Amino acid sequence: MDFLTILNNSAAEILSPSTAAFALATIGLNVHFGYSGLLNFGQAAFMAVGAYAFAIFTMQVDPTATLGWPMWLSFVVAVLVAIVAAVAFALVLGIPTLRLRGDYLAIVTIAAAEIIRFTVRTSDYSAVTGGSQGLRGQDYKGDITGLNPLTGTTYGFGPWTGTAYDTWIRILAWTLVVVALILVWLLMRSPWGRVIKGIREDEDAVRSLGKNVYSYKMQALVLGGVLGGLAGIMYVLPRAVQPDNFATAMTFYIWTALLLGGAATVFGPLLGSILFWVLLAFTGGMLSGLQQIGAFGDMSGTQAGQLRFVLVGVALMLLVIFRPQGILGNKKELSFHV
Amino acid sequence: MKTSSRPRRRGLRRAIAVAFAALGMVAGGVSAATAADLPSTEATDQFIFQGIIRDGADPLEGVEVTVSGNGVEETAATDDTGAWSIGVAEPGTYTVSLDPATLPDGITLRSAEFESREFTTASTSQIGVLFPLDSAGGGGGGGTGGDSGTGGNTGTGGEGGEPAAPGGGTGEPGSAAAGTTTNDFWSTVLARTISGLGFGLLMALGAIGITLIYGTTGVSNFAHGELLTFGGVVFYATTTLINWPVWVAVIVTLVASAAFGWMHDWGIFKPLRRRNVGLVQVLIVTIGLSIALRYLFQFLIGGGILGLSVPRGDVITLGPVIMTTADIVSMSVAIVVLVAVGLFLTRTRIGKATRAVSDNSSLAASSGIDVDKVIRIVWVLGALLTGGSGILYTYFIGANIKWDVGFTVLLLLFASVTLGGLGSAFGALVGAVIVGLVTELSTLFIAADLRYAVALLVLILVLLFRPQGILGRKERVG
Amino acid sequence: MSETTTDGTAPTATHPLVDGEVAPGCKKVDPIVVADGVIRQFGGLTAVDVEHVEIPRGAITALIGPNGAGKTTFFNLLTGFDRPNKGSWSFEGQSLAHVPSHKVARRGMVRTFQLTKSLGRLTVLQNMLLGARDQRGESFFAALVRPLWRAQEQSNTEKADSLLARFKLDTKREDYAASLSGGQRKLLEMARALMSDPTLVMLDEPMAGVNPALTQSLLDHVKGLKDDGMTVLFVEHDMHMVRHISDWVIVMAEGRIVAEGPPETIMQNQAVVDAYLGAHHDTDLGTLTNQQVAQIHEAAEEEVPVGLEASATETTTTDAPAEPGATAHDEEGKR
Repeated sequence: MDFLTILNNSAAEILSPSTAAFALATIGLNVHFGYSGLLNFGQAAFMAVGAYAFAIFTMQVDPTATLGWPMWLSFVVAVLVAIVAAVAFALVLGIPTLRLRGDYLAIVTIAAAEIIRFTVRTSDYSAVTGGSQGLRGQDYKGDITGLNPLTGTTYGFGPWTGTAYDTWIRILAWTLVVVALILVWLLMRSPWGRVIKGIREDEDAVRSLGKNVYSYKMQALVLGGVLGGLAGIMYVLPRAVQPDNFATAMTFYIWTALLLGGAATVFGPLLGSILFWVLLAFTGGMLSGLQQIGAFGDMSGTQAGQLRFVLVGVALMLLVIFRPQGILGNKKELSFHV
Repeated sequence: MKTSSRPRRRGLRRAIAVAFAALGMVAGGVSAATAADLPSTEATDQFIFQGIIRDGADPLEGVEVTVSGNGVEETAATDDTGAWSIGVAEPGTYTVSLDPATLPDGITLRSAEFESREFTTASTSQIGVLFPLDSAGGGGGGGTGGDSGTGGNTGTGGEGGEPAAPGGGTGEPGSAAAGTTTNDFWSTVLARTISGLGFGLLMALGAIGITLIYGTTGVSNFAHGELLTFGGVVFYATTTLINWPVWVAVIVTLVASAAFGWMHDWGIFKPLRRRNVGLVQVLIVTIGLSIALRYLFQFLIGGGILGLSVPRGDVITLGPVIMTTADIVSMSVAIVVLVAVGLFLTRTRIGKATRAVSDNSSLAASSGIDVDKVIRIVWVLGALLTGGSGILYTYFIGANIKWDVGFTVLLLLFASVTLGGLGSAFGALVGAVIVGLVTELSTLFIAADLRYAVALLVLILVLLFRPQGILGRKERVG
Repeated sequence: MSETTTDGTAPTATHPLVDGEVAPGCKKVDPIVVADGVIRQFGGLTAVDVEHVEIPRGAITALIGPNGAGKTTFFNLLTGFDRPNKGSWSFEGQSLAHVPSHKVARRGMVRTFQLTKSLGRLTVLQNMLLGARDQRGESFFAALVRPLWRAQEQSNTEKADSLLARFKLDTKREDYAASLSGGQRKLLEMARALMSDPTLVMLDEPMAGVNPALTQSLLDHVKGLKDDGMTVLFVEHDMHMVRHISDWVIVMAEGRIVAEGPPETIMQNQAVVDAYLGAHHDTDLGTLTNQQVAQIHEAAEEEVPVGLEASATETTTTDAPAEPGATAHDEEGKR
């Protein structure tokens, strides 16, 4: 068992662009659940909407080639298209459900997330969405690759070494995370954030004070959804677009990360995301290492790999029961209603 | 009959080994999976025609089966377990034919009409194709499955193996499999209606479990699908791995499911009630439980589709509709059980107490009902019903099981429950039948791989216009 | 509009607040709220059936009645937290039909709740600041730029501090509201309502669950509201309190307005004795058949599972916990 490799792989997760994308989605969910009390179980769908809108726009419209736009403009417009798509998705989800009791939003978001995944997966639209195969990375990464100011071969050190492209995406993704954190911090110390937190505590009370609760919930849903959409873009920039990456499981991992770090805290989602992926890589490495030295008898490597997802599930349960405020949460400011 | 646990364990291990080998499990990539590559389910073949060809209990090797249509023509020969499977990428109508010349001497197809038949992929992703045989020797008894005698038999699963998918999504399970003899539109409608009805009845069993638990405890149990998978897995283990007779396997599965439900309440949900844990917290606990159980199942039975060595019975032609006895048995059992549940809830004292707790648990408690006991019973009953639906479901969709089968129908179960009106058992039944019908009939108009999306869309539309559910009363929304 | 009934009271009583004769549904000299034909039914049971009622401006009006009389439901209807099956009602001459609750509040008609709704995971000060009207920082984009709202926030904080001092909550300023006692939460809720400078304050059982030691100061605060020029309408059970501070009393029973009058004379009204005191004895509940009780529970249950706003509040709160045999659901139970 190569302990150093395991540690190295785990440490690499700390700064990987995918962790950044995941953190961004978790920050979005934090706006939903942590601050506004919205039970969104479809955050993966916001990612899917963002990722597909970005990639499909780039591939189908391809302004760089067809309209002669500069690459930066084409990229920015593609990102804007993704944001608009995420906003539209949030409105579609929110308009029917935000007036209803909270668990209706839960059911509708999880159902809508699956509808999105089935739709992009179906063979009927595979000319656009790539069906179950998804979309190839090279088909939509042209602009962002062309915009890369880094010309060397490798950057970074230790576990955080990557190619010029990796490093470029890493910088972009983490910059976005920092911007999102500042945005959330600014909003949550403002009167707007106060209204949002008030709604989480008791809608009727806030309504009786003359605030349009529906509108605020919608704003929060849109904000968190847009962060999810941007997370989707960042998630697919280092790889291809795969419909099944945006399954319910992804949403559940985002929830786990949020509760791990601490809902309703600014840095909780960031800490939770990093820890989640580091621990997952670490337990994965350890289990497969132990399996290789025969610690589990004739268990196969795949089976050992399943065990860590069992651990994820158990960890989520224990966390919610015994430390619902997460690592960074204030004990007085528990993240759940009783 | 083997009843000790040692042979069972050995059997399970052996079966796992066989399953892995036979299915060509993709083992790589999982341990190395990181955020950078959440592994995903990726089957190139959307639809798989499959079957096992046996003469009585003896598998026939080297029988050639051809699937043709939509520009595809592919031939496969049965392996040493008699299993064959051919995958196709596109939905559509295919001709599946068996080359009688490759059958061993003295064995013939029971009827010439089985030699070449048309199948439409629309309603299922795995299509079991039966070739009923007559052996000249006579004693074989026909059918394709024969008795459950061969044992250790897996291998009907997806060609090339569906890779294990720890992080990834899930495809869809197959569903009811009533076919048609003709391609005429109304015959198809009829066949799909029957399929949908059957599918709906099966889901109703699970949906009633959800709604009873929701009604009495307020918990939306996201781990409910795993109760269904549990039933399927135990049934698979008892019938296929250790070859117990089906009736014994059914009893063992039901007892195990009931015990599993009892453990849920005893080990998790009662302590949570004692701690006064909020409902949202409990909901997330059930999500954690669902993840843990699901991967435990995958750990136990692997990531592929496993076939059950339970015969699907004879093919029955009713007018234009082709079904197997399995379909009819599944539906009948579901109806009987549903009636029994209805009588239980309305006629027995415990049933009435259950409804009282559902209506208002503090009121029920103050009138002397032991709420904890009722909830315990509801968990046991819910798990029993859902485990039972697990048996029927694995049987009904083509005698196979996958580790996440319950999770893939979970949303449809929730859709059923919400459609009928949360907390109402009868509503769950109606909702489930509607979801089943919508799912199957939608394939007449749209791609088959979108059929679950249609059911979920209906759910959202109903919530939009009738948030209280179809049977709920309007007054409920203030 | 309603036919005047004169049973009990002196036939030709008049009162400075009243335009004409004192009677149920009588006209007021200067009404701030006028309701006409407001009916709310829950699954066939009529919870509220108010033909006509006017609330006098600048006075403290008590809305009393036996448990289940429909007082809280009527409150919810007036403030937009529940919708009536039919009827019209207006505030300061403007119709409030189909006006959502937050807009009702913005017009200056602010309410509190029977079960206090202090926002537990916000501090006392944050609770207060939430009450302030027209905050620039409450719009999404302005929230990001602090200079746009800093000055307003500053003045709101000063106002909040002075209100907190008045309600003797200033020492709790930075505490989470969840840590306050029941009575302190009532005070906080009242103080928070005042942050918006309302013209009409509607208090739903301000005394329920309040420590007797705090009662007197609460009464003084309610009186203080009138001195500051506000109109007060409150729901209450406690006749002592009603007598002590109110200028006008409206009595509801079985969803209807059965009597009105000044507090000194209202308890002599035969209709009040029948309806109000009658229900305080067990006789009324005793006459319900089992079937009726079952019906009531059924109707109440319909409200609970999906109950969104007011209906949920309505059915899960107990009007008078001390009342024997009363369940949480008989609010709409009595007909």
